[in-house]
Amino acid sequence: MPTFLREASLKRHTVLDLLFRNLTRVSAFGVLMLLVAIIASLIVGSMPAIRAFGFGFLTSSEWDPVNDQFGALIPIVGTLVTSAIALLIAIPVSFGIAIFLTELSPRILRRPLGVAIELLAGIPSIIYGMWGLFIFAPLFAERIEPWLSAHIGTMPYIGPLFSGPPMGIGVLTAGIILAIMVIPFIASVMRDVFEVVPTLLKESAYGLGATTWEVMWKVVLPYTKVGVAGGIMLGLGRALGETMAVTFVIGNSHELSKSLLMPGNSIASALANEFTEAYGGVYTSALIELGLILFFITFVVLSLARYMLFKLGQREGQVT
Amino acid sequence: MNSKLKQLIIGIATTAALVCANASRATDITGAGATFPYPIYAKWAEAYKAQTGAAMNYQSIGSGGGIKQITSKTVDFGASDMPLKPEELEKNGLMQFPTVIGGVVPVINVAGINAGTLKLDGSTLANIYLGKITKWNDPALVALNKDIKLPDGNITVVHRSDGSGTSFIFTNYLSKVSAEWKSSVGESTAVSWKTGIGGKGNEGVAANVQRMKNTIGYVEYAYALQNKMNTVQMKNRDGQFVKPEDNSFKAAAAGAQWDKAPGFYKILTDEAGKESWPISGATFVLIHKAQEKPETGKEVLKFFDWAYDKGGKLASELNYVPLPDNVVKLIRAAWKAQIKDAAGNALVK
Repeated sequence: MPTFLREASLKRHTVLDLLFRNLTRVSAFGVLMLLVAIIASLIVGSMPAIRAFGFGFLTSSEWDPVNDQFGALIPIVGTLVTSAIALLIAIPVSFGIAIFLTELSPRILRRPLGVAIELLAGIPSIIYGMWGLFIFAPLFAERIEPWLSAHIGTMPYIGPLFSGPPMGIGVLTAGIILAIMVIPFIASVMRDVFEVVPTLLKESAYGLGATTWEVMWKVVLPYTKVGVAGGIMLGLGRALGETMAVTFVIGNSHELSKSLLMPGNSIASALANEFTEAYGGVYTSALIELGLILFFITFVVLSLARYMLFKLGQREGQVT
Repeated sequence: MNSKLKQLIIGIATTAALVCANASRATDITGAGATFPYPIYAKWAEAYKAQTGAAMNYQSIGSGGGIKQITSKTVDFGASDMPLKPEELEKNGLMQFPTVIGGVVPVINVAGINAGTLKLDGSTLANIYLGKITKWNDPALVALNKDIKLPDGNITVVHRSDGSGTSFIFTNYLSKVSAEWKSSVGESTAVSWKTGIGGKGNEGVAANVQRMKNTIGYVEYAYALQNKMNTVQMKNRDGQFVKPEDNSFKAAAAGAQWDKAPGFYKILTDEAGKESWPISGATFVLIHKAQEKPETGKEVLKFFDWAYDKGGKLASELNYVPLPDNVVKLIRAAWKAQIKDAAGNALVK
């Protein structure tokens, strides 16, 4: 028998194979177990608050640690509103960046610009927060907010959104900082999906005399809309859960205000602010329930994003 | 074996041996809790280790976390800025004692008011934080500051957004001096603020106050000092206007009747005494009365015993105020009387 087929060695290899296979299996299922364990511990941890407040927790704007009265309305609204502002700004800007990078930019600039945008995504969020508080907020308070409240604040309907003293920090500032943070995510996904559009399609459109805008709007975007939506969802996921940067600039006030210039609160920043010093069953539990709500919101958003990107993957390579 | 690798292994083995030797010489102790005393505990630990070789590891995870960890016995001592009520101590078999004193100082940023000149009293401060006084030239402020020309500007109130011992001392003071504050807001490490914006940590409040105009906030004394902030004078219980400084914090601690406070449950706000700063407070350490590991318990007491003896200068350097001698005497007596090993014998003789 040749040496490489010796029985002992063969056996050893089988055992090693088995071991390795199970090791990978354990690692994969371990992650799943961890996820389940986190959900379970969040639910168990929030039980006292769920029992005490029920569904009223979602609609109450009370947040009074002294009397143990808690409601999640203000953080939920703050989280959703700041994320909405972020998307409102980030989507058009990212779209512009992606168009420039795929269609208009000179070839030599594409790589450096693309890398720069991806680097922007790598900046730690606390740096955005500090920059927001020390540099952006004072500028915003002195130059932009007075203009906003003087010009837009007097308009009917949307006026109340932009009234109030210029403090520099508040819901709008948090939304703008978030927008800066999610632009790299959305822009790089958009660029990637725009690049998968078959050249054949674009060339045909150009051949028919379409302008760049028409090609983007009528050919590229319809072809990639699912992927674009997926990218936006990824950005939204990041915006919803962002903690440090928002904590620095949102103003951290448990008050519901009509104006976007006034301070508010988000779920993540409420947790970051209050968890360490929370003492007492219901208080801690209410914070954990806030975490559960945030988990639920981001879980839904990210699943949607995954689903859309998956749909895009199925269509890749097909000619529509 | 490659010689570099050999060297490395020998190096690691030697280090490990040294570390083990060190550990066997003295019992290391661990503590966790409040962030406010962290700088001084860390400083003390460093000096203590240099002198005795025993290490003290302190994790500043927040008072709430400190209380949880000492209750579940994962650390040798807990630390909290908010003292536990005697009945809570009883329930968990804990004893607490104060270690150092600090002051909470209202700070302002108003053009035209020079540093340290604005005078406030308790009820005015409470009304500002209740949102009832909204202008810097409100009659109540004018009455207290006849010699200053106060501007006609809106007051922007800044408070802590995170739960904190600083907020506890501050709201405890406002509860003592304003019935309305007590009934509508109350005292805690985090409260339902009626107005204003929240800054995270002392640095967050300091940044907001310095960055915006016509603001008022409150920070630890050390922060106000380091950032050269515009502090105010407060009217104390005896009707005197005092400046925030070491002496006025010390006066508040000396005037307090610790011997009449069971479990050292004493918050140094609104204390009597001509020179007392009205918004002072001590920070506390929590240990179990029945020590399962008397060796470690002894080390904890030894550490703080050393800190009371030799740590005063270090504390002053970091702008904390050491406890007055009579209070230290009371604490040592309480150790003797209350901290026992499993057999019920006192840990310190």
